[in-house]
This record gives sequence, C-alpha cells and structure tokens, in this order.
Amino acid sequence: MSNATPKNMAAPGISRSKAEAVNAADTRELYKKREPIYPKLAHGKFRFVKWVIMALALGVYYLIPFLRWDRGPGAPDQAVLVDFAHGRFYFFFLEIWPQEIYYVTGLLIMAALGLFLASALFGRVWCGYACPQTVWTDLFIMVERMFEGDRNARMKLDRAPWSLNKAWRKVGKHAIWLIIAFATGGAWILYFHDAWDTLANFFAGTAAPSSYVFAGVLTFTTYTLAGTMREQVCTYMCPWPRIQAAMTDRDALNVTYRIDRGEPRGAHKKTESWDNRGDCIDCKQCIAVCPMGIDIRDGAQLECIQCGLCIDACDDIMGKVGRPTGLITYETDDNVDRFVRGEKPRYPFIRPRTMVYAVSLAIVSALMLGALVTRTHLELNSQRDRNPNYVRLSDGAVRNGYTVNVINKANAPRVMELAVEGDPAIGVRILGAADMTPDRIEIGPDRSQDYVVYLTLPGAAIDGPSEDIAFVVTDRETGETARSSSVLITGAE
Amino acid sequence: MSEHDETRETDAHSGTETTGHEWDGIKELDTPLPRWWLYIFYASCVWAVIYWVLMPAWPALPGLAGETDHTRGLRNHSERANVAEALDALAEQRAVGFAALEGASIGEIENDPELLGFVLAAGETVFRDRCGTCHGVGGQGFVGYPNLNDDVWLWGGSYDDIRHTLQVGIRSEHPDTRFSQMPAFGRDELLSRAEIGEVTDYVLSLSGTSADAGAISRGQAIYDSQCASCHMADGRGDRAQGAPSLTDQDWLYGGSREQIMASIHRGPYGVMPAWEDRLEETTLDALAAYVFLRGGGEDATAGPTGQ
Repeated sequence: MSNATPKNMAAPGISRSKAEAVNAADTRELYKKREPIYPKLAHGKFRFVKWVIMALALGVYYLIPFLRWDRGPGAPDQAVLVDFAHGRFYFFFLEIWPQEIYYVTGLLIMAALGLFLASALFGRVWCGYACPQTVWTDLFIMVERMFEGDRNARMKLDRAPWSLNKAWRKVGKHAIWLIIAFATGGAWILYFHDAWDTLANFFAGTAAPSSYVFAGVLTFTTYTLAGTMREQVCTYMCPWPRIQAAMTDRDALNVTYRIDRGEPRGAHKKTESWDNRGDCIDCKQCIAVCPMGIDIRDGAQLECIQCGLCIDACDDIMGKVGRPTGLITYETDDNVDRFVRGEKPRYPFIRPRTMVYAVSLAIVSALMLGALVTRTHLELNSQRDRNPNYVRLSDGAVRNGYTVNVINKANAPRVMELAVEGDPAIGVRILGAADMTPDRIEIGPDRSQDYVVYLTLPGAAIDGPSEDIAFVVTDRETGETARSSSVLITGAE
Repeated sequence: MSEHDETRETDAHSGTETTGHEWDGIKELDTPLPRWWLYIFYASCVWAVIYWVLMPAWPALPGLAGETDHTRGLRNHSERANVAEALDALAEQRAVGFAALEGASIGEIENDPELLGFVLAAGETVFRDRCGTCHGVGGQGFVGYPNLNDDVWLWGGSYDDIRHTLQVGIRSEHPDTRFSQMPAFGRDELLSRAEIGEVTDYVLSLSGTSADAGAISRGQAIYDSQCASCHMADGRGDRAQGAPSLTDQDWLYGGSREQIMASIHRGPYGVMPAWEDRLEETTLDALAAYVFLRGGGEDATAGPTGQ
C-alpha cells in the first residue's frame, strides 16, 4: 500500500485497512444496492489448499468427458457419459440402466451423510473449499485481480472516471469471464453425448438444439453467479447456510475469532506493552481478504463460508507484530468459552452426532457396495395378461398369456433357456422367431426384449383357482440365472 | 386539507405520497409499481411485437397474405401444416412395417422378431378400435360374440381363414359373405317344445352330460333328421357352414339346458361386418395376424397349434 500514511501503520510493515464488513447483517439493507466487495489476495496455508482444490475440481470437471474407457464394439467409449437418448449412464466400469436409478439415489444419500458428518466435525468445509460457487467465484476473482490489480487498485479503478486504461481492463476481465463461463457451459454438455463428436458438431452448428440451450444457460449462470452475484448466491439463494444451523454445534470446528485472546482490540505501537489488552490490533486485514464481505470478529454468522482466508491474513499479521498465530483459527465454540474461563480445550470428535452420521454412512456405503458387487447382467420381469384373465380351451384346459421381459446388460449376445417352475403338466409356448423355444432364447447385446409366452394347464391338472409359477432364465454359458414369480389363473372355484 | 388541494401530500404513517384526491375522507396512496413488475411488463410489450411479427396474428384479411385469410408472420407458421406433416411422417414410418407385411405368410411374420413386434402393435391398435366393441378389447368375447383367444373357430382358425372372415364378414352385406342360417325351430314351430327338450338332452350328452336315456334316444332321432346335416352326425360341426362343434366345452350362446333350448328355439343369427372396404389390405393382414397370434391360431394343415 504505497499511499498508506504513518497514521495507518499499526506496526512497521503492517498496513491497516479501512475495510468495512459490507455484507454483515447489520450493515446490509434489504433494498439497498449491493455494495461491491474487493477481496484482497491472502497468502498462507488455507489459500494454498484452496488453490490446490480449485485446480483439482476444475481439472476433474473439464477433463473427465475426454477420458476414454473401452467397453467393446458398439458401446460408447467415454468413461463418464449420461446417455439420455439410449437410457444409459456409464461410469467407468459401471453401466446403469434407468431402473437402477437407486444407485444414484444411494450416491446422493451418501453425499448428504458425508456432508452432515463433515459439517459436524469441521463446519462448512464444503462451502469454503469445494462448492462450485466457491471454486468458480475464486477463479473469477483471480481473473479480476489479473486485470485490475489487488483490492486497493480495484477500488481506485472503480472510483476513477472512464479512461482507455479502465476500459481495456474491464473489457478484458469480462471477456475472460465469458470465455470461462462458456467453457463451463460447454463442458457440461460433453457429459451427455460423446465429447469429441459434440465438440465437432457444436462448432459446426450441427449439435442437438438442447446442447446449445444448455451451453447457453450455463454460460449465463456461470457468468452471473460467479462474476456479478458472488456472495449474494450464498447469502440469499443457497439453502445450505440455513441447513447448516442444524448441522453444526458447539463442538464443531469452525473458523473462529479467539475473543479470549483478541479483546480488548485496538491499534498498537511497536514500543507499547501488550499488557492489559488483546492481541487484535484492529488492522481489519481479516475483513479485507474476506470474499463474503464480513467481519469474522462478529462471531459465527450465516454469511461466513468458512474458507479460512481470514486465518491466513491474521496469522501473517500476528507473525509481524510478534504475537502467536491463531488469533483467528479453526476452533469450537465450546473451547472459546473454556479459554475465557481459563480451562484447557477439548476436542470430542467422537460424540453421538458424529457417530450416528458415521455409522449411517458406513451402512449406506456397505449396502451400495453389496448391491454393486452382486449386480447381475441378467434381469427377468414377467407380466400376466389381465384381459382376458385366462382362456378356457375346448378340451377344458386353461391358458394364460404372459409378457416376459428379458434384459441382457452384457455387451454380447446371449443364448438362454427359459424354464417354468410349477406344475410339470404346464405346456409352454413362446411366440416369436422359430428358434425361440423354451430351450433357446436369443437376446442381443445390451438389450431389453419382450416375449409373448403362453402357458397351458390341462383340465385334469387344475385344482384351485390359481397356481404359483415362476419363470427362470439361465444363461447357457455362464449359468447366470434370473427369476420372476407369477401365477396361473385357472378360473376354477 | 381542503377537498380541492392540488399539491401532493405525504402520508405520515407510510411515508408514501397520496394521489392528492379524497373521497369521503378516504385518500389513496400513490404507491409506485414494483420495478420488477414494470420490467416484466415492458419485456412483455416487446415480446408481443416480436411475436406479432413472427407468428400468424391478424385473421380475416382475405387477399392480404396470399391464399390464406390471415397474416402468416415471418415464420410462416401453420399448426395445420405441422399436423399434416406429422401425419405424413407417421404414415411414412408405418409404411416400412406394412411394406414388410405385404405378402408375408404367418410363418414369416412369426419368425421375424421385428415384423412380429410391428404386427402385434399395429394389430392391437386396430383390434381395440374396430373389434373390441363386440369381442372385448382383450378378445375374450361375450355371449353371442366368440372368444378369439381360445381354440374354437366357427369358420376356421388358420391365418387365411381368419383373414377371409375379416374381409367378407359373417352374414354381412358383402356379396361373398360367410353365410349360413340355423332354423328357428321353436319360433317357426318346426319342433314342439317337448321335442326341443329331447334334442337338447341329446346335444348335452354329446359333451358328456347324462340325462334320461329315453329322452336322449328320442332326441337323437330328431337330431339325425334336423341337425346332423350341418352339425354332422357325430356333432363335431362343420366349419364350411359355420356350424359349431357340439361336443366340446365351449358354448357361444351358453351351455346350460335352458340356454341350449333357447338357442334351438330361436336359431342364432350372429352378424359380423365385412372389413374389406373399410380397412387397407395390409391392415387386414396385421389384424388377422394379431387375432391368429392371440394364442388360438391353427396351422393351415395340422390341428390347433395353440393347445
């Protein structure tokens, strides 16, 4: 800060900022225009972690559509693909059919439980580090910083009248933002069709209309949410801060200002004693770096996404004034109270709440894993004709019609046997191609096929209004079987 | 404040200006419309103009827009043309299946999974529209309307027989219709009530129901002279004349003694319309195949395949 006056110096080399917590609930007015926030670049371990997570998250998002996975001929070779046209979801070795959507449900339940557990242990780590809103906003602020400089330069530029210098910086920033936004929207559609084909078709103008619509919508939302709305998304639009209130508790680690150490706060000259005062020199660097525009010293608040950047800023200052770091730190509410009372901190990570989350997560994971391991490539469903319920033949026999659906999830054609469990007197007839006999059902790769099957029970074998039966298909080569139970209605009293 | 004061006053309670008028002591606040509402209103106005330029808008303007009597808009949009196009596309799509069906034998249909699927779907649609009213949408039939799922056929259950029946109908107005007529033995006083009772006892005995031996033997004599020419001496019926077998468990008009007596009394005269002039040839093919594949279809040469 070149224009800092000696008055603003808290200690040699330490700038004091006139930062105001513009997004704090007290200063925010419902109908007032949004006060822009100019987050200053922080340096430190949490900033570093955020850079790493940002690079990972963006890398995963942009590159995954281009990963290939060989599934043999006729099947798509994209590792992760949501194929709506053919009703398949491909995820590396997994291929999920629409009726197996419970895998996705299970995954969402696991994600929710994981989030609960993380919240109970470490507060809003999701919001601060991994949420797309945080990642993209961070990226957009980085671009903003490249064009317009850090906090003070940006504030100065915004106050300055329009000039060529201001114009190219603003235009450049928005141009890069739009390119990133377009890349975000563009990458999204790559998850739904083959990535390389979609890329070629997209720019040739021959991609599906929905591709352009979704790319356009996501370009727009990325640009506005990460570029112009930023903290407003978290403060006004996102339900998670509200849910968070139910998830966190006095024993969760949250980004916390150590009120026991900091107060009473105030400016400090190098020669002054640290007796009878707090460590906080009121330099307001924690506010200057905050992307949410709040003052962490006001305590836990809905607006705080707990990104830890104020910890980096404060640790930096504490180092310079020669006080221990950690004035702002990950700490539990309970421990802050203990510090005030002069007691030792305790960290009860294992407590009923975390155990319930952990055990639930383990159970759901085990169920999912079990379902995944025992997943078969063969499925059988049967539906008995209801109209007519049964047909009485001239010789007194009774016939029921069934639609038997065989699903071959394997990527190869298979030959199967169809057997009927129940009264051995039952005659089986499969309507279809000539070689579709009970001994031999052919089904193509990755297909679901319906067969019309007629079962006939001779009149002499009828006793009772219905008989329990079951269809069983068996793969001749692998021995894999699938079963579907049903009944045969005789119409007898 | 006087009644005709023109200056704007600000309402002390809400801080909002009033309209400056007073009605019987009631003043109205001049609350401005919310911005968002106004913006949506303006956007709607702009959209209305765009829509007006792009889409058909002004009706009843003969000559102004070529042959139509309304403006067509820049997009030249016509819902009617879209429907016609969709119908053409549908016909084109179906034509593939119907073309494959043309001249195919039932064996060929059954052995081609794609054709089979098409026939079952197309046939079911036509069946439900045209046949379900009498035979039931599942083809289960009602008293007087045969069940098409079973193995009992009055006029033959081969694919060709079924198709021919569909084409010409039964006792219909078609010149080549399948025709036969059972006399109304009771109503036309060809047989007495007692004789009808005796012949009923004999008919019942053909399918294994016992009755008074004397009545049966008297009934058999009547049967041999009155019924055997159509239903055959052994009671197995004759498909050439649409005469049902009297030896099985299936009774089109009911199998109780009273019902059989009633049938002999009035002489059933079931009618089915001819479909030749109402359905396309290939539609008839699909419909016949569908009925055949309901489970009761018979081989042209061998006995019933439907068990």
